[in-house]
Amino acid sequence: MYDDRLVIAGREFKSRLWVGTGKYKDFVETRKAIEVSGADVVTVAVRRVNITDRSKENLLDFLDPKKYTILPNTAGCYTVEDAVRYARLARAAGVSDLVKLEVLGDEKTLFPDTAGLIEAAKILIKEGFIVLPYTNDDPIVAKKLVDIGCPAVMPLAAPIGSGLGIRNPYNLKIIMETVKVPIIVDAGVGTASDAALAMEYGADAVLMNTAIAGANDPIAMAEAMKYAVQAGRLAYKAGRIPRKLYATASSPIEGML
Amino acid sequence: MGEALKIQVNGQPRLCPTGSTVGDLLRELEIKTERVAVELNLEILDRQDFDVRSLKPGDRVEILSFIGGGGLVSGERTEGGRTDV
Repeated sequence: MYDDRLVIAGREFKSRLWVGTGKYKDFVETRKAIEVSGADVVTVAVRRVNITDRSKENLLDFLDPKKYTILPNTAGCYTVEDAVRYARLARAAGVSDLVKLEVLGDEKTLFPDTAGLIEAAKILIKEGFIVLPYTNDDPIVAKKLVDIGCPAVMPLAAPIGSGLGIRNPYNLKIIMETVKVPIIVDAGVGTASDAALAMEYGADAVLMNTAIAGANDPIAMAEAMKYAVQAGRLAYKAGRIPRKLYATASSPIEGML
Repeated sequence: MGEALKIQVNGQPRLCPTGSTVGDLLRELEIKTERVAVELNLEILDRQDFDVRSLKPGDRVEILSFIGGGGLVSGERTEGGRTDV
């Protein structure tokens, strides 16, 4: 379409839509939705292997690692120790130093514990991880994360899985002006217009899971999200007209009867 | 072989032949070693060490891998979102 690649820590990504792999009906649906979305980054969680039923298939058998960047997360971790442990396990199980770092503060909101996040990020960066932190829509925290070496920040639009859309566009704007690294809006998107808005505001990418997987037709929503992110990005680059209170005629007055 | 040694694997008690290594345990469980992480008593093992690390009675082994996830807590996942190696 146009050459507009996203570069994070020297890695190039062609899609600005990143997707999670949870909550789908089965792996066939997961794979189809991801294919249709055009995403080239997919997030995965790290969990115990089911040792009692070995017949179950593995998600990664359904996703070609040559086609996708697998981004392990530390979802479900509420302490610095747990998040660091899961990140290390992800690296041991995987192939790269990338981690989407989550340190959650509260089960009801799944809001990040930003103090814990910064602490965990420091430890992991020292160990050579490329830390992409899931953070609040807080410009000060975003700046601190960048200062300690995060090559991108991932502020939420709204609580994970809430579908509320962008609850604080002004904070996101301030984050975009405050830090000079890519901003990936992560969590809270409900439908295509939310994703388009995030991109129009100037986000570099959008990460979502539930908005696609939880839709009545996840495959159709995956396609909608693909276009929404592309349209929002194009609109951002094109530059919107200013808002005005009164009309400005589009047709000339000259030549009228 | 002969005597069994009692260990814990992913939180469940398990008996292994004496002298088993971590690699033996993974083979017995039919778990492919690529894409898994193994913790032995909280120490994350290098994949190339699986066959040299032998198991002792009371060892706690955790075997983990990637499953479907976005930013979810574990209880939120549907059955279809689960995966194994």
